[in-house]
Amino acid sequence: MKKTQLYLLALIIAAIGLAAFYYKWKVLSFPIRAAEQTELWEIQARVQFQARKGPNKVTLQIPRDPPGYDLIDEKFVARNYGMNIEQGKRTRAVQWQFRNARGNQALYYRATVYRDLHASEYSDPPPREVSPSVYEEPYLTARSTLLEQVREKSVDSASFAGQLVRALGTADNDSSVALLMEGIKTSEQRAHLAKGLLADRQISARVIHGLPLVQSDATMPLMPFLQVWDGEAQRWDTISAESGVEGWPDDMFMWSISQRPVLEVEDNPRARVEFSVQRTLDDALDVAKERLEAKDRNLVAYSLLNLPLQTQDVYRILLMMPLGAFLMLLLRNVVGIKTFGTFMPVLVALAFRETKLVTGVILFTTVVSMGLLVRFYLEKLRLLLVPRLTAVLILVVFLMALVSVVSNKLGIDQGLSIALFPIVIMTMTIERMSIAWEERGGAFALKEGIGTLIVAVLAYLVMSIAWLEHLVFVFPELLLVLFALTLLIGRYSGYRISELFRFRALAADPVEPAPQKAD
Amino acid sequence: MLNPFTIVKRLRAIGLTGIGQRNAEFVLMYNQRRNYPRVDDKLITKKLAIAAGLPVPQLYAVVREEHEIGELHEKIKDRDSFVVKPAHGSGGDGILVITGRRGDKYRRSSGALLAREEFDHHISNMLSGLFSLGGQPDHVLVEYCVQFDPIFDNVSYKGVPDIRIISFLGYPVMAMIRLPTRMSDGKANLHQGAIGVGIDIPTGITRRGVWGREIIREHPDTESSIVGLTIPHWDELLLIAARAYELVDLGYVGVDIVLDKHLGPLVLELNARPGLAIQMANGNGLLHRLRKVQEMEKAGTLSKVPAERVEFSKANFPTL
Repeated sequence: MKKTQLYLLALIIAAIGLAAFYYKWKVLSFPIRAAEQTELWEIQARVQFQARKGPNKVTLQIPRDPPGYDLIDEKFVARNYGMNIEQGKRTRAVQWQFRNARGNQALYYRATVYRDLHASEYSDPPPREVSPSVYEEPYLTARSTLLEQVREKSVDSASFAGQLVRALGTADNDSSVALLMEGIKTSEQRAHLAKGLLADRQISARVIHGLPLVQSDATMPLMPFLQVWDGEAQRWDTISAESGVEGWPDDMFMWSISQRPVLEVEDNPRARVEFSVQRTLDDALDVAKERLEAKDRNLVAYSLLNLPLQTQDVYRILLMMPLGAFLMLLLRNVVGIKTFGTFMPVLVALAFRETKLVTGVILFTTVVSMGLLVRFYLEKLRLLLVPRLTAVLILVVFLMALVSVVSNKLGIDQGLSIALFPIVIMTMTIERMSIAWEERGGAFALKEGIGTLIVAVLAYLVMSIAWLEHLVFVFPELLLVLFALTLLIGRYSGYRISELFRFRALAADPVEPAPQKAD
Repeated sequence: MLNPFTIVKRLRAIGLTGIGQRNAEFVLMYNQRRNYPRVDDKLITKKLAIAAGLPVPQLYAVVREEHEIGELHEKIKDRDSFVVKPAHGSGGDGILVITGRRGDKYRRSSGALLAREEFDHHISNMLSGLFSLGGQPDHVLVEYCVQFDPIFDNVSYKGVPDIRIISFLGYPVMAMIRLPTRMSDGKANLHQGAIGVGIDIPTGITRRGVWGREIIREHPDTESSIVGLTIPHWDELLLIAARAYELVDLGYVGVDIVLDKHLGPLVLELNARPGLAIQMANGNGLLHRLRKVQEMEKAGTLSKVPAERVEFSKANFPTL
């Protein structure tokens, strides 16, 4: 009855821990390994224009919730300009204003984006119905001829649009295309032409802009894309305005879906915008943190990652203590190693972190054995318990200082790191060891002393595994799993490994009893 | 060298209880923590036992404060032999057995002489909690030194052999006698080298012994046989163990009894976490016996009469 409750509790706790871990790992992309690198893209839009007299008003369409990417950071660089951000339904634009600008103006928009496979795909509402405009001859005939040709080669609105874009690209051998393409040079203009043609057939279309994220030193042009509305699937199908190929390329960053020009500078048609893209690598943990901050401030505000760095360092160590304690629990309750004190080995292991293993073990044995010698002498003085402990403590401090001074003189650096050794713990070890020595004999005392050292060394080894430290620090909820395991071992009633040796004689021979004495 | 899995299988078969099982299934389940002081403090045990009419060694004096140590010498000046023990001691630690005097000095059971100041220092250590569980300040009991029954003369090296009976819900389930050796310095503690000899519950006859991890039939110091001995007052001993349950209200308890030459059985102390070596001494596991009592508990047929429980144990728990 009580055991079922325990198992259930352990299961729930472990499940919570694992679920939180999985969410942070898979969805929030916290790195599972230390120093994992994440790819980041720095995007810059540089607006350039010749200022004219009077107020200058610049409107630049900027990304908003780009699908497949997260905007981690944004910067607007425009000296002296007043700035505000206009939010449309699915669009966003930055507006810069300045009354008395003179000469060449350069305004910057910088964004850091991260490729996020889990970013939510937003759904677009259906567009308004489109109605064809009225055209004059010969354009009207040219349009319907072209549309008729294209219709024969297509099955749905997406392929229709694709064929249309392709047909517009081959102007040379078709008179109607040539007529329509008069004065049209850029793929941007071609896309708008295709949009108009699609409207003739009551197909809703729009022109959107993407920025290819490829490492390059040159400036990048924005690429126009044609999107047609698929009324059945309730989504926009994307067609490249360049080639007519369907689909949104993986490395394409959606700049804006606004139907207004990307850059508008009032009364200044010669204004230009240039884009550049830079790939950088950043520590995955920082990126995850920044992304989270951009999404939900509270989650980060209440996490360890936001503590001051020094406090973080302390927690890196503190969070490893449960692991050391758990290991000790295994060694004591399942293996059956005897140690002095319950948590003393873990504390000694912590001290080893400062001194490193070999030095730590040497220092520990030196100080404890020297302390033991002194303690044996103090025994002869018949001191009371507490004064005796205090005396040993003072001597331990002296011994440690002595070790430091001597090692410094000999040029051994490690001796200096002894300071953080748990003095009180060592004092108690010395006291308990000397008592055990007298009561139970040297062999017994040494056995427990060595057991303590073994557990401390193992705990140190576990606690200094770097990836484990990282894992526990970034995903402290994993300690819940450890907690659940501890609860389970709390009811472990099987044999300890040491007991197998202790009781081996019982198992060895089917013990035949002595004959009963007849009374 | 046996395969560890074979060992586990064999140990399971004989019903050996490991420390984890003892703690998880018996000590934690049947012993309520609030009752622990009744056994951890030997003074309380003694008072309870006297109230219940169980025989205990006579208490000569209690020392609670440092300054009372001086008065102690006066109080016990007429006693030739006595035992000094910490009230919260465990495993026989810190116990001082005085068997005589020589002028101002005390003679220990080992024969060594103890100067008065050494004696005082030892008591002061006990008071500071050196031997108590957790190191809290303690008090010290000075009591009658048992004149042990000569039946054990051949099989013990100095010191007092004592009988340990494990009582589960008032049913004596297993018993052994602990014989001091030269190695244990006269102490009846198996950890320190005393011999444990299993006693057949129905007959009260010793069956086999264990010394350390070794199974033996002769006392290593005296070479006398340790098996086949009949424990005197056996029924009385079983009854005391059975009554200990009502005394301290602990389901799983070890009862330590000594046999005095003149006074018969005397309860020395009770233990809420009795050791497992008794299984080694008997060559039998505890588990099957404990389960038998648990079955009765489930069926609601536990007896409230100590004598009936003893009868049940004698019928059901032979050492095989």
